[in-house]
Amino acid sequence: MSKFKKNSKASQDIPTAALPDIIFMLLFFFMVTTVMREQEILVKQILPKAEQLSKIQKKSLVSHIYIGEPTNIGTYGEEPRIQTNDVFVEPDELTLFVNQEKDKLSEAERDRITMALNIDSDVKMGIVSDVEQTLRKSNARKLLYKSLKSLKD
Amino acid sequence: MARNKDRGIPEVNSGSMADIAFLLLIFFLVTTTIANDKGILMQLPPPPEEEIEIKLQERNIFKILANSNDQLLVENEPFNEPTSELKQMVKDHILNFGKISSEETVDLYNSLPASLKSQAKQDPASSDSPGDAIVSFKANRGTSYELYIEVLDALHAAYNEIYAERVGISAEEFLQLDQSDDLQRRAYKQARSGIPKAISIAEPDK
Repeated sequence: MSKFKKNSKASQDIPTAALPDIIFMLLFFFMVTTVMREQEILVKQILPKAEQLSKIQKKSLVSHIYIGEPTNIGTYGEEPRIQTNDVFVEPDELTLFVNQEKDKLSEAERDRITMALNIDSDVKMGIVSDVEQTLRKSNARKLLYKSLKSLKD
Repeated sequence: MARNKDRGIPEVNSGSMADIAFLLLIFFLVTTTIANDKGILMQLPPPPEEEIEIKLQERNIFKILANSNDQLLVENEPFNEPTSELKQMVKDHILNFGKISSEETVDLYNSLPASLKSQAKQDPASSDSPGDAIVSFKANRGTSYELYIEVLDALHAAYNEIYAERVGISAEEFLQLDQSDDLQRRAYKQARSGIPKAISIAEPDK
């Protein structure tokens, strides 16, 4: 047994002096990457998967629309609803939302507004196409179908 | 001004620094949502002002229909294969040179790299040239959004792979081209010249 006994007198402690630095580094990483949720999403959101994803070039030009089954079925029913900011809207009311979002941008950027459609994968195309048609009429024609990266098999 | 040598430097106790940092770290870990602002970009056509009748050759249009049971009808035939198969069919349709009519078409063919030339067929029943090819996708109101995105993804994949191959990069790299960079912008423009991304999403029936 004595075979395993170490005779060395070197200290067995791990130096922990650099620990705060490491933790701070992690902390800064999360502080930089974090985005505080500015609104509560009231609909179910399981985004579909796709491979041909492109990134948004300029984030200030993006407005979000959420479509899905309301999470609070008791109050709002099971039918998929459209959410903008913090309220549910009907498809034809989207024009108002588009105009409000456009007003936030400068004159030159108004035509480049991108509507990010966060649509649950269980939603049927009917409501989606209603939204598309309204957006088309209100001249917000750049769409981004938000989706997740699917793993290649 | 005699200095007292015994005083030394006053020390702040930094032993609990790690604990404080840990606390903050855990707070940010919990509240963080890594933003994924990624998706399939698409441009809608301008709102219809008046009905303009455009004569299109039937052979130039690659038709995809989806019904409310999520079944696909591709070029008037039921389609049950995975969507990767669909991508290949669309690619063949786009790269087809059925009728070489103008000099531009000849120039376009000559500008293609060898790998794309070998894929280009001359089927008179399919599209006339990449410039004329149109892919039409029509979904039903009852089609699931999941299938819609799947098909849309396949259509975009077909175009993006052709574009990427034209400039000799992979489809992934093509998607990541930065428009604000001059050099990359030029590659993007070059890849897309002559082959418009003609994906038509028809309005579903009421």
